[in-house]
Amino acid sequence: MSSQLFSIAVAAILANNLILSQFLGICPFMGVSKKVDTALGMGMAVIFVMGVAATVCYPINLFLEANNLQFMQTVAFILVIASLVQFVEMFLQKAMPSLYEALGVFLPLITTNCAVMGVVLQNAQNKYNFIESITYGLTGGIGFLIAIVLFASLRERLEFAECPKSFEGFPIALVTASLLALVFMGFSGLSI
Amino acid sequence: MTQTIMAPVVLGVLGVIFGSILAFASKVFAVEKDPREEEISAILPGANCGGCGYPGCSGYATAVVKGIAPVTACTPGGAELAAQIGEIMGVTAEVGARKVAEVLCSGHGCDKTRYDYVGLNDCRAISRVSAGPLQCTHGCLGGATCVSVCQFDAINVIDGVAVVDPDACVGCVQCVEVCPRDLIHMVPLKTKRHVAVRCNSTDKAAVVRKSCDDGCIACNLCVKACPKEGAITVVDNIARINYDICIGCGLCAKACPRGTITIDGVVPDKAPKKAPEAKKDAKPMSDGVRNAPINKGNDTPAEMMQKKAERHAQKKITDPKNTD
Repeated sequence: MSSQLFSIAVAAILANNLILSQFLGICPFMGVSKKVDTALGMGMAVIFVMGVAATVCYPINLFLEANNLQFMQTVAFILVIASLVQFVEMFLQKAMPSLYEALGVFLPLITTNCAVMGVVLQNAQNKYNFIESITYGLTGGIGFLIAIVLFASLRERLEFAECPKSFEGFPIALVTASLLALVFMGFSGLSI
Repeated sequence: MTQTIMAPVVLGVLGVIFGSILAFASKVFAVEKDPREEEISAILPGANCGGCGYPGCSGYATAVVKGIAPVTACTPGGAELAAQIGEIMGVTAEVGARKVAEVLCSGHGCDKTRYDYVGLNDCRAISRVSAGPLQCTHGCLGGATCVSVCQFDAINVIDGVAVVDPDACVGCVQCVEVCPRDLIHMVPLKTKRHVAVRCNSTDKAAVVRKSCDDGCIACNLCVKACPKEGAITVVDNIARINYDICIGCGLCAKACPRGTITIDGVVPDKAPKKAPEAKKDAKPMSDGVRNAPINKGNDTPAEMMQKKAERHAQKKITDPKNTD
């Protein structure tokens, strides 16, 4: 059981990283990765939302499957994630206004973060049990956090790097992201 | 058939559940906001310059409503805005003298360097390489870091020295904070004509003479010329103006043999009795040569040297005290 969980965790964080191997959640990955601080906040928020989304979606998925309503997975999960993000937003505004302001428009954008959606859909697809679902949700979030923080620290240095005019800003960031994805491909041999 | 009915029912039930959770959460996590805060935020300039000492305009609005910040703290908004905020808050705004930034260096076109600097054009970087290339360890490095932080286009580098446009300056102190040499000071524009000592060098006169043509040599002539006692004093080898006492007569600027003191940003002509025949030459020096770029990029090194020699010759004519 625990080895099963471990392999799920390693896959989610490294070998099967949501951003760098599955190319999910690119929008916040590019958008909020200019500063390590905000990237860290975004990563934390995503871990939280993914963990809770995986938890809440599991019983809903069970119910849908019991009633032969699997075709409604997507729309039901969208509902869950959207309300969750709203909830997190209210909570942050009250409890951590500075983080709320730092995340800005990207907090509501977690709603459309396909990585969150991807995690819950993959949970259903892979027929993970409750514990496995939560593990995949949390570690998927950790993988997101690692990728976005690594990328943000690279981009902070990119600001000072000299590069051709046509590559300045976004293009060089995309090139960097692709190199980072290549690096993460090295983990694909890790199958426990 | 059951599926068709179940689908909307399930989704509807889920919607109701999450909706009610959110409605409940919005009550629990409601953030009480003073309506005045939004009103103030709406009329603030929105530049988020931080000149008030709070993180951005909304931070200032919050502080005003809490009663921590004065209604007059927004310098970009000026007296007009202070009055508006005062109206919202129900207090009367008392506005003091407008404060603007002043760069305390007048070494325009100064080419007395110790080494050639090649690298990132940013004062914070330049100043770290052996205290900057200038012989004067206090002078403006001309790296335009202050220009890049100014959101109001109020500061420009002219001939290697930053100059603040007092009309455009809103007093947000961004440049003051960023200057690695602490060369930019906030000064009140109280008097009709604004007099300033544009030097920050606390070096001894001999050192200043060697490293700069324009720096303060603490000769005390300005102190003697000043009609108000204490308005200008020499402390630590540098003349400083006390703006509480200064009446803006500009006599010190006229007395200054080095052209360090400016009136409204311009070095005045010398008093006629000192060197009457040199007056014609002095005028282009103050307006023309001093403010004109030494090298606009077209001059050969030889031409540059010639111009420099001319500059020095003029300086000697206008400055009888300058014996070297």
